[in-house]
Amino acid sequence: MANLLRDLLYPFTRPTPPASRRATGFFTDTTLCIGCKACEVACKQWNQLPSDGFNFTANSYDNTAQLSATTWRHVKFLEQFPPSDSAPPSPPDMNLDLRSLLMEAQNGRWLMMSDVCKHCSAAPCQMACPTGAIIHNEFDDVYIQNDICNGCGYCVAACPFGVISRSAFDGHAHKCTLCYDRQRDDLMPACAKACPTESIRFGPLDELHEHAVGRLEEVKARGFKGARLYGDRASDTYSALGAFFLLLDEPSRYGLPDDPDTPQRHMIGDYIRGAAGTLIWVAILAIAVIARAPG
Amino acid sequence: MANHFSPDSAAKHSRLRGAVKSHSVCPYCAVGCSQNVYTKAGELIDIEGAPESPINAGRLCPKGANTFQLVSNRHRVKNVMYRAPYSDHWETRPLNWAMDRIAALTKAARDADFVERDATGLTVNHLKTLAHLGGATLDNEENYLIKKLLAGGLGILSIENQARI
Amino acid sequence: MPGLGASFGRGAATTFQADLAASDCILIMGSNMAEAHPVGFRFVVEARERGAALIHVDPRFTRTSAMANLFVPIRAGSDLAFLGGIINYIVSNDRWFKEYVLHYSNASAIVNEAFVDAEQNNGIFPGLDPARHAYMKETGSWNYSTLPDGIGAVERDPSLQHPRCVFQVLRRHFARYTPEMVSRVCGCKAGDVVRVAELLCRNSGRERTSAIVYALGWTQHTTGVQMIRAAGIIQLLLGNIGRPGGGIMAMRGHCSIQGSTDVPTMYNLLPGYLSHPDAVPQNATLDEYIRHGRGFANARNCSASGFWQEEAVLGYWSHIGSFIVSLLKAWYGDAATPDNEFGFQWLPKLDGDYSELPMFFQMHRGGVKGLFLIGQNPAAGAPNASLNRAALRNLDWIVVRDWFEHESANFWYADPTAGDPKTIKTEVFFLPAATNIEKDGSFTNTERLLQWHEKALDPPGDCRSDTWFIYHLGQRLKKLYAHSTLERDAPIKNLTWNYSRTSPATLPDGSQSRIADEPEVEKVLQEMNGRRVGGELLTGFGELKADGSTACGVWIYTGVFPAEGDNRAHSRNPALNGATYPGWGFAWPANRRTLYNRASADPAGKPWSERKKLIWWDEQQSKWTGFDVPDFEADKHPSYRPAMGALGMDAIAGDAPFIMHPDGRGWLFAPFGVRDGPLPTHYEPLESVVKNQLYATQNSPTVREFRADLNLLAKDVDPEFPCVATTYRLTEHYLSGPMSRFNSWLNELQPEMFVEIDPELALERGIENGAWAVVRSRRGAIEARAMVTPRIKPLLVDGKTIHQVGLPIHWGYAGETVGAMANDLTSLVADLNVSMHESKAFSVDIRAGRLGAARVPKAIEAAIRPAGTDNPIRDTPEFAQPEGRQQRWGLKRG
Repeated sequence: MANLLRDLLYPFTRPTPPASRRATGFFTDTTLCIGCKACEVACKQWNQLPSDGFNFTANSYDNTAQLSATTWRHVKFLEQFPPSDSAPPSPPDMNLDLRSLLMEAQNGRWLMMSDVCKHCSAAPCQMACPTGAIIHNEFDDVYIQNDICNGCGYCVAACPFGVISRSAFDGHAHKCTLCYDRQRDDLMPACAKACPTESIRFGPLDELHEHAVGRLEEVKARGFKGARLYGDRASDTYSALGAFFLLLDEPSRYGLPDDPDTPQRHMIGDYIRGAAGTLIWVAILAIAVIARAPG
Repeated sequence: MANHFSPDSAAKHSRLRGAVKSHSVCPYCAVGCSQNVYTKAGELIDIEGAPESPINAGRLCPKGANTFQLVSNRHRVKNVMYRAPYSDHWETRPLNWAMDRIAALTKAARDADFVERDATGLTVNHLKTLAHLGGATLDNEENYLIKKLLAGGLGILSIENQARI
Repeated sequence: MPGLGASFGRGAATTFQADLAASDCILIMGSNMAEAHPVGFRFVVEARERGAALIHVDPRFTRTSAMANLFVPIRAGSDLAFLGGIINYIVSNDRWFKEYVLHYSNASAIVNEAFVDAEQNNGIFPGLDPARHAYMKETGSWNYSTLPDGIGAVERDPSLQHPRCVFQVLRRHFARYTPEMVSRVCGCKAGDVVRVAELLCRNSGRERTSAIVYALGWTQHTTGVQMIRAAGIIQLLLGNIGRPGGGIMAMRGHCSIQGSTDVPTMYNLLPGYLSHPDAVPQNATLDEYIRHGRGFANARNCSASGFWQEEAVLGYWSHIGSFIVSLLKAWYGDAATPDNEFGFQWLPKLDGDYSELPMFFQMHRGGVKGLFLIGQNPAAGAPNASLNRAALRNLDWIVVRDWFEHESANFWYADPTAGDPKTIKTEVFFLPAATNIEKDGSFTNTERLLQWHEKALDPPGDCRSDTWFIYHLGQRLKKLYAHSTLERDAPIKNLTWNYSRTSPATLPDGSQSRIADEPEVEKVLQEMNGRRVGGELLTGFGELKADGSTACGVWIYTGVFPAEGDNRAHSRNPALNGATYPGWGFAWPANRRTLYNRASADPAGKPWSERKKLIWWDEQQSKWTGFDVPDFEADKHPSYRPAMGALGMDAIAGDAPFIMHPDGRGWLFAPFGVRDGPLPTHYEPLESVVKNQLYATQNSPTVREFRADLNLLAKDVDPEFPCVATTYRLTEHYLSGPMSRFNSWLNELQPEMFVEIDPELALERGIENGAWAVVRSRRGAIEARAMVTPRIKPLLVDGKTIHQVGLPIHWGYAGETVGAMANDLTSLVADLNVSMHESKAFSVDIRAGRLGAARVPKAIEAAIRPAGTDNPIRDTPEFAQPEGRQQRWGLKRG
């Protein structure tokens, strides 16, 4: 009985929250990604997540297909090759400087990108969560508290990136924790630590932003015209991302929304309609009650 | 909703607290990444790259990151399995029984087929009816003992591994 | 590794991976480094980010190509022509590093008058015995022109103008490898050859260095050794050997594959690259063996005279007597005495090729009774796997030591192509093995670095280390032979075998190990390191003696354990010393990180440039100093010149960096050490889709075939098999799968066998992406899922469109994911040097559909989580448990 009471009261227990720390996040630089998927396995290893099953997709080397409750890093592969006959002819001009000599030779590319929870600074999943299970922890990372989550799944629908899903094992919502447990002990998240080429960088967000801006200039100077940062700052429709990216093409090519939107932005009308509907029903009920009242 | 930390979240920390760390090297390719192996109460709890290594600086590839599952794996064979000639099934046998039988079979083949001199009278002291294959994923010490015992002790010629070039 | 050995003196990577970051240009060829060695590749990415040019030349556009500044597609098997094109470009445009080439290579040596280059004889060198597929007769002509003045006196022309000097011979040999010719052979654009050559040239010289990285994409050819030789020639001409950011990085495939060549589980070597003695009069006694030296092995069956003879008296190999005697003392202990040639006769003598391919060929024909199979999977992972499986079925018994029940363990019931188990005689022992974290020991990685791994926990059940197995097998055999009085049993009786524990077997947490009879592995490493007989450990191989006073198992490893308690393989000081990490592990020889580093300084001993300095002559201290252990006699002055008739190391001049070679120079032309020619020459793969454009000789004249019904070949451009197939590794899997296909975390990343083809071929054959396709070679047919990708491009080879077909090597019929074996298509053929097969280029055809085989491989049930994750981690509160384990249990409060 005492246990039952404790269980019932548990979600309402309020321990002292930890002191706020410097905000951390990921900067995933796709120009350095070699598509090795070390991040995927390192994540599964640290978090001891199960395999999602074996499905050959024939979609380049991507057999993970999507993020899930048990896959928190997912490497995407984009093969961009012009039809073979349109490849630029290349009579080499040996007077060219080295960089031009190399740039001239580009004829197709294979882009890779390690996707992850975006840890939005204003997170729709958190706004949607009715139990308070989703928090911005002291590192300002979006964290789903497994012990509070009741598995309602509102966050699944709310995420504009399709990051969250519910686990087939416990019915709760799960996603990247940014290795909250490791950060508490000043350890780097498993994926960033494993990444062989530092395509995934972890660190204080302000430092990552500074680095990313410099990096973008560098990459652009090398002639990558499509290079851009994604989620480094807030847009009209969406907050800045705690896990942001350097991409070489349109976000939609990578399966990311070009202009992510916060679903809650569109819900004011729904709130009003809902309130109005409620009022109407209350009114109808009241009328019915009054009408049927004796006397 | 407001930002409410649950008791678990408030107390959260890494499972490496209190773990015993051992130094290891990744068993897959030849890059030679250092790994830190963490155990608690005699159980493996984590393997990750060793940050101080000048080779991998803490990083691992997907195979290296998988080393935990390689070791802690339901499919691992844990007992000696024996298949008798023309049998259609495995039998579990004691390790000592298998070792004795292998030693006896080895001696029988050597005693039957050892050649001391070739047709021209040169001393050759070799044995051609036994062979060994494997080594590139073994320890140096293991390779050394294999070559020493099988070639230096028994005279076996065909001692090989996949490293040919 | 005779490709590197013959070029520079040692058969190992000349540099270390971290040094690639210091490179100005990296050519990756015959390697898919980003996929096969992702963590080593980080140094390549670092170099690229610093502005180095990264070039990838490969049949397929891979994850390595994706990172490269320049990708050049070539036809699989045509690499040597491409490299020849680079050599020709360097020489004909006068882009070679003059001072380096003149002093450090053998460019100025005059070649024997009798030598006739392959160029003059349809691609064949003098001395070929066509019946025996070997150069047997006049190979004495592959030699320098020697002066009568005495040993080692070679006729030279420092002006490099003499028509028979190596430089001119080389120039003529490659003159026809023009960009246009290379384009016709390789299917690349002529401009691409120029582009690659130009990038290398611009990034070489005093101020800059280029590196070449290769792997099995070069080795698994019948001309693989010569491809590596060609890379060696390029690096010598450009002056890139022995210098920071330069060198040739051989990216090898397994955690201790370099170790397994150094400490050889190889039939033709004794530890430390000593040749295994042959059953010939020249090796009949210890004295003869020492007198003929190691060079003799590579000249075997060849000429009675030649420069190889010098190796036993000039340069570092003149110490061979100390090495072999110390080895015999290590093996036979007190029983090895001067009176019995230190037990030399107890070593078995070789009378043929007993390498893996002939071993399995012999096994499949009968004649081999028992096989010890320790950590290898020939039923799926070796060429012509179906023949290998027939071989396994033909054994009386097999001992398999591994972690999982792989294809070579369950071949008798799980192989869908085999018959009823009741017809298979083989007695099978599966002895479960410990993993590397369950045992102490050292690996030698691809950069010659020994690193120690500690035992972190006990292996489960009856799993044991291979040290345990071989030690206890030895114990049993010694007992069985203890009372024998036969002379033939003397070797096993006298074999020293004292590795039992003197310290208790404890685990890192201080608890007692369950396996009390585990041998003490450090004792083995100490024996390999060597010690004075009955005395202290040796600190360097310079202390080895030929009089029986030292015992040393692996002379090149001496120094790894210089004193009790000082296991340098376990040394973990990561400090950077200028350019190297001397305190991390132990690199053989003598902890040198960059081999031949004397070449990092100019002939006078000064660094070629400040930017590329590594070691230099310090006049004040009168010794070589710098960031690395000098690969040279520490106090030999740069101006030292040997007196006439000087022997041993005294014969090596102060400006001769290649001390393992009798002339101290890098070899553009190899007077010995390579059995199929002193200069690289392009031959087509045995199975090719085109005629050899360069020579009338289609294939290497020294290639060996193994004729059997199970090993038929499609030779001489067989129209039935119009596509070029090549095999390869993926990042997500390992070898034939024993270490990856039992692992669900890896299986989900690459769950099925596939075949990569270009869209044009797919259209032509009606094959859809993701659908099934059948790939057929002369050996058999397999089915796989089609991966239709523009990353593979059809190539125009001599006016003909050639399609290439890519086959990963990772599947078989055991494990959580199963699939066809690429090795059921490959063949048993062997090059003359190292008996290497040709899995990187062979001929196939492809069609849409399935095989319709009666039996298909059956997967075992997947374990989606590692074992042991069902329960909470002990001594760990719930909130610190891994999230995935929490998911597993749900919440269990109260």
